[in-house]
Amino acid sequence: MKIRTFSYSQLDTFVHRLSGLSKLVCFLLLTSAIMLTYDIRIILGIMILSFAMMRVAKIRYSQIRLMLIYVMAFLVVNFFLTYVFEPEYGVQIYGTKHVLFSFGGSYTVTQEQLFYQFTKLFKYLSVIPLGIIFVLTTNPSEFASSLNGVGVSYKICTALSLTLRYFPDVADDYNTIALAQQARGVEMSSKAKMTERLKRSASILIPLIMTTMDRIELISNAMDLRGYGKHRKRTWYARKPLKKADYISMAVSLAVLVFTLYVRLCINHSIYYNPFI
Amino acid sequence: MNDEMIVFKDFGFQYFEQSEPTLHHINLTIRKGEKILIAGPSGSGKSTLGNCINGLIPFAHKGKITGSLTVAGIETKNSSLFELSSKVGTVLQDSDGQFIGLNVAEDIAFALENDCIEQKEMIERVRKTAEMVGMDTHLAKDPHRCSGGQKQRVSLAGVMVDDVDILLFDEPLANLDPKTGKTAIELIDEIAASGKTIVIIEHRLEDVLHRHVDRIVLVNDGRIIMDDTPDNVLAANILTSYGIREPLYLKAARYAGCEITADMKPASIETIDTEKLRSPLKYWFEENKGRYDAKERKEMLEVKNISFSYDGVKPTLDGINLTIHEGEMLSIVGKNGAGKTTLSSILCGFIKPDEGSVLMYGEDLSKYSISERAEYIGIVMQNPNQMISKTMIFDEIALGLRIRNVDEKEIEKKVDEVLKICGLYEFRSWPISALSFGQKKRVTIASILVLNPKILILDEPTAGQDYYHYSEIMEFLKRLNEQGQTIILITHDMHLMLEYTERAVVLSDAKLLADEKSYQVLCDPDLTQRANLRETSLFELAEKTGFSDPEAFVECFIHYDRRMRADENQNVLLQSA
Repeated sequence: MKIRTFSYSQLDTFVHRLSGLSKLVCFLLLTSAIMLTYDIRIILGIMILSFAMMRVAKIRYSQIRLMLIYVMAFLVVNFFLTYVFEPEYGVQIYGTKHVLFSFGGSYTVTQEQLFYQFTKLFKYLSVIPLGIIFVLTTNPSEFASSLNGVGVSYKICTALSLTLRYFPDVADDYNTIALAQQARGVEMSSKAKMTERLKRSASILIPLIMTTMDRIELISNAMDLRGYGKHRKRTWYARKPLKKADYISMAVSLAVLVFTLYVRLCINHSIYYNPFI
Repeated sequence: MNDEMIVFKDFGFQYFEQSEPTLHHINLTIRKGEKILIAGPSGSGKSTLGNCINGLIPFAHKGKITGSLTVAGIETKNSSLFELSSKVGTVLQDSDGQFIGLNVAEDIAFALENDCIEQKEMIERVRKTAEMVGMDTHLAKDPHRCSGGQKQRVSLAGVMVDDVDILLFDEPLANLDPKTGKTAIELIDEIAASGKTIVIIEHRLEDVLHRHVDRIVLVNDGRIIMDDTPDNVLAANILTSYGIREPLYLKAARYAGCEITADMKPASIETIDTEKLRSPLKYWFEENKGRYDAKERKEMLEVKNISFSYDGVKPTLDGINLTIHEGEMLSIVGKNGAGKTTLSSILCGFIKPDEGSVLMYGEDLSKYSISERAEYIGIVMQNPNQMISKTMIFDEIALGLRIRNVDEKEIEKKVDEVLKICGLYEFRSWPISALSFGQKKRVTIASILVLNPKILILDEPTAGQDYYHYSEIMEFLKRLNEQGQTIILITHDMHLMLEYTERAVVLSDAKLLADEKSYQVLCDPDLTQRANLRETSLFELAEKTGFSDPEAFVECFIHYDRRMRADENQNVLLQSA
């Protein structure tokens, strides 16, 4: 009956079928590509790709609504603050100045600035879906098994997968505790002063830590009793061998990264793409 | 003798962090294929005994061992946790918190993964084991989304997959509703038939004895008090003095002055010979029936046509109407997921209903914020650790008042008053960490009570408690209720509902199924079936002994029992004064 807004959901789509490892590799390759360029053509290309992947993965708006709201708020604030602090940055980068209109005084809005800021906005917008896809479509245990497959210690892998696994439970605990404390009068809204709020958040954190410790003790006993750590190696039920689709996806992502570098080094001769000259 | 599976010889154990041994001079032999119940109150050492068998002692919990314990021929102190875990499979209580896998199959496979079994063989063995416990059609399901009974099947499969010789169940009934608990006991019995040695640690004797058990080992203060067949143990009439609840049908028989002997086969309501009980019970009933009075009470809280759904599709509550009266103590019962917790969240204003309203003396409560509403309706969570945030008892209870900027002198007065009501006054300057579970529970009750709510809601107040602590908490709530506090209990403990609450509200699949006297609920086979409850054994006893109106018999027992317990408590109070 619990609603879990942000956790792995089990579906059978192309993206879900990919191994966790290849998804991680693709995620890293594509985000590096985005980080290494300010070329809006490439960024838009990756953005379309990542939104298409979200479609393919059948991620529903309701799953990510809360997160999207935060992200959008961040982006809007970021957009305006970038302008307020550096209204001439675009002019500096592109070396020309096409004034659209001015607010009087020295604050002008230029085509260059808008172009720079939109490029930046799209950079964020293309990375975020990739992260969402990774978290929502990766089976934690399968991911752990593929990490283990490339040589990471299995204890680290299980720790990681258990964290992903129990995160929603701890989030549920947090909600229950917060409500119970609010009922006793602990005001968590912005009405209280900062120092007060810090003090009061302790009244949620301490019970949360206590209940989480209880959880950890229980699960570590349960794992001990079922022979966890018996051998230096272990096998994985959820292991998926890499398939053709995995290799293709990784190759495509790698190609995107190489292409990005090629455009940057050999065509633009700069991290920026300049349409103004 | 090769069929000795578990042999304790003059065995003793002391945790390093404790000054006294927890187990003394244990001598106990369990043979292959036997089914043993280890019973005892909390703190008796019964769980420690179990942990010695599965190897958590001495390998995870360190301490000093004296004497000898062999499991399947292996001297445990010279073995390892891993070696023992391949002989003994342990099903811990609270299966919810110990699922490791993301789906049922993976969780069952965990032990095999650790044993480096190849994936192909693993899939085959998981399928076979799942079939044995009837979970083979749910392999892809998230274990957390399974029903209570399914969860336990998954835990069971998780230890059986290793093909262990001994299965150890640590309080298997603790978190199950009565009907699921009954099925669990039946399932354990089926597995026992396959030749495995079974050890059940549990204090809910009547429920375990629903199926045959070879022996009961009664433990108290780290010593074995009795080790005998269920019939002999029950006939010995010593359970209550060791803090274990006696089966209700036997309690009724004793009230009627019958002597219980082993040859009557008292182990279960199904086996007991009722011939000798017939006339004493009839006589007792005629003497005591009809001696109860119901109080007229004023209406207080009105729940009007409440509906709620988490996802907008499937209703969690559907058109609930309910009236609560001043000074009442009632229980809200129903299986997991029936909407009990949602209803209490709505009463406290944690969530807003999609439809309907909650009125207190005709005033709509929806205009108040969560913290304002706490002055009308207060809630005590199931696990005290979910609420306690201070180190000192006084500060914890004062928290709500301090936040409301009450004058410090006033706070002191109010907290002291509540401390006295809750029997915590002498501990007022103690750190909370030094308290027992029941005392912690009382601290959380006190911390809500100090805000003076008109209605107090408690979520499973006695979950995981043995009979002694159960009685302690419930008697305290009863006294509170007698002082005029209105109390709502959310529970699936049938004893609690029968013994302490006059009225029961039954929720099932989002609907209010019944709102009537508690004993009536437990005498209605159709209703108990639908709400995952069980009929009380009193009802069966009345039927077996030929009462024309079994319900009247149960009602008579409940009121008689309440009077007896009230007298008993009176005596205890007089003695301590």
